[in-house]
Amino acid sequence: MAATEKTPVTGAGPFNGILTWVDRRFPLMALWKEHLSEYYAPKNFNFWYYFGSLAMLVLVIQIVSGIFLTMNYKPDAREAFASVEYIMRDVPGGWLIRYIHSTGASFFFITVYLHMARGLIYGSYRKPRELLWIFGVMIYLALMAEAFFGYLLPWGQMSYWGAQVIINLFGTIPFIGEPLAVWIRGDYNISDATLNRFFALHVAALPLVILGLVAAHVMALHEVGSNNPDGIEIKKNIDPRTGTPVDGIPFHPYYTVKDLMGVAVFLLVFSSVIFFAPEMGGYFLEANNFIPADPLKTPPEIAPVWYFTPYYAMLRAVPPLFGSQFPGVAVMGAAVLIFFVLPWLDRGRVKSIRYRGPRWKISFALFVVAFLVLGYLGVNPTTVWGEFAKGLPVVGGDYVALWVARLLTIVYFYFFLAMPWYTAHDREKPEPQRVTW
Amino acid sequence: MKKILAILLALLAPALAFAQEAAPTLDRAPVNLNDKVSLQRGAAIFVNNCLNCHSASMMRYGRLEDLGLTEEQIKENLLFTSDNVGDTMSPTVDPAISKAAFGVVPPDLSLAARSRSPDWLYTYLRSFYRDPKSKTGWNNEVFPNVAMPHVLWQQQGEQVLRVTERRDEVTGDTTEVRKLVLEHPGELTPLEYDRYVGDLVNYLVFMSEPAQTNRRLWGIVVLFFLAGFFVLTFLLKKEYWKDVR
Repeated sequence: MAATEKTPVTGAGPFNGILTWVDRRFPLMALWKEHLSEYYAPKNFNFWYYFGSLAMLVLVIQIVSGIFLTMNYKPDAREAFASVEYIMRDVPGGWLIRYIHSTGASFFFITVYLHMARGLIYGSYRKPRELLWIFGVMIYLALMAEAFFGYLLPWGQMSYWGAQVIINLFGTIPFIGEPLAVWIRGDYNISDATLNRFFALHVAALPLVILGLVAAHVMALHEVGSNNPDGIEIKKNIDPRTGTPVDGIPFHPYYTVKDLMGVAVFLLVFSSVIFFAPEMGGYFLEANNFIPADPLKTPPEIAPVWYFTPYYAMLRAVPPLFGSQFPGVAVMGAAVLIFFVLPWLDRGRVKSIRYRGPRWKISFALFVVAFLVLGYLGVNPTTVWGEFAKGLPVVGGDYVALWVARLLTIVYFYFFLAMPWYTAHDREKPEPQRVTW
Repeated sequence: MKKILAILLALLAPALAFAQEAAPTLDRAPVNLNDKVSLQRGAAIFVNNCLNCHSASMMRYGRLEDLGLTEEQIKENLLFTSDNVGDTMSPTVDPAISKAAFGVVPPDLSLAARSRSPDWLYTYLRSFYRDPKSKTGWNNEVFPNVAMPHVLWQQQGEQVLRVTERRDEVTGDTTEVRKLVLEHPGELTPLEYDRYVGDLVNYLVFMSEPAQTNRRLWGIVVLFFLAGFFVLTFLLKKEYWKDVR
């Protein structure tokens, strides 16, 4: 028989027996200890550290609500729009499920953007967390694809024309563009075939990819340990008696109860939107999407949903070259992909904003302003701020918003591309030995 | 840290105050979904007028029970095109005939209040005027050259468009002033007609999302529950974190 039997599980009262039985056949206690009860996290997490667990909560909410929507949704160009309204009107509780899912889509991006912002602020992407960061950026990319595929499913005017615009972006790629666009659509136009494959990708392919990446993300995190608002490694300070970090506390129960409080606050905000403003003034559900898709009628303004608008503003800002929109598409793609190399662009000796020098702080502030203002410009027509005085050379008579977007696109890329320089020559403050508490 | 949050919030503010596109100024629709009597009147106006040509293919007659009507009342007063309250609202006139007459199939109105806005509908239905140049003899200030004639003309009467030029004495610029004037009064006074259209729009808002009153009620229950849940989690966190030093 087994040379060494594991010690019996204790502390679970009447369940000790069954848990011991399971533990001798499955690494139950090992997993529990590694990821929860003996995973030591820094004790100084602040507000920004809620959004990782919240993003995971939204993922679960989206999967569960999505399963229930699938039970009544019909991925058929003739029936899709009506089936969504059928869910809204005739399926008991259907309106709630639908609003949870549509609001959840936007909240997924809200939590992920805040989670990414946290990474930038405290340098969570720095060595040894490069791979953790890369998994995160891959989740972000998969999430964008998931949102894009899902947005076609209600088969409203915005679904249809938004998808049209985005697929046409792929069509601008030199040489392979047009065949690529046809390959994505499965047709020469967005049609029933496109809807069907987008449904498959939205409900099966991408959720699996996202789940796998999230698992890898969490495993990588638990391998290297969490960063914290001071950006110092708690593993450098081990208590000789216990062998655990002096500034670390077990994730369970301390952060499970703290994150539970975060969940309560999050659900309060989330429910306020679901029950009182599910359209969120046209940002979460657009008015035009209450009109069934009509391939013969282009809406006057096609704007993507708010979470894509910073990149959309960049796309519009870049002037076409030889009549091709490809430069704009390339810039837009680069703006997302550049996040991958961030760990190798940053040469600062400290990680956290608390000890960074003025050059980094100014660059980061400019980046945040650029991202938010580009997002604002992306939901509005380029005419939103009017025109320059006519008669000026070069830019006279052109749109103000367009030029602001151009400037901010440069600022966005400056933050990344100039980073090796401004982080290497910055007046940083010394990091503390222990976390600030 | 706090400063950054404050800056972020300040920067988000203009993005939330999203500017509406330049369009004719819309009047505010008197929407009140708790006014069941107004909704019932609106349903009757809708069924008697709009439903001749327009459909409401997502709306079942039976859903009118939400407005405090019984199945019998619905069957006797509102059910013209079918005899089953489980049916959805289809038009009296064949869409093919409408298409031949107006050039377009009249759009489905189930979601009109969500794709347009209540204010748009309220202003639109009060902005028809006589235009001998158009095919139907009617035109509209909110929706220029609309294919739809003024169906409610007997109630409102006939308006005409008066366009005058006003010259600014100082700058010399001229501005166009467009005004709708009631030339031949209808069966209703202008005030009564506003209320009549108000009832109809109120009903259209209800029809665009029949669950919305219910939704807000549930929202209050859920928020109370979650507020209690928050207090519990807050106390739990405090209790556990007492010994973290």
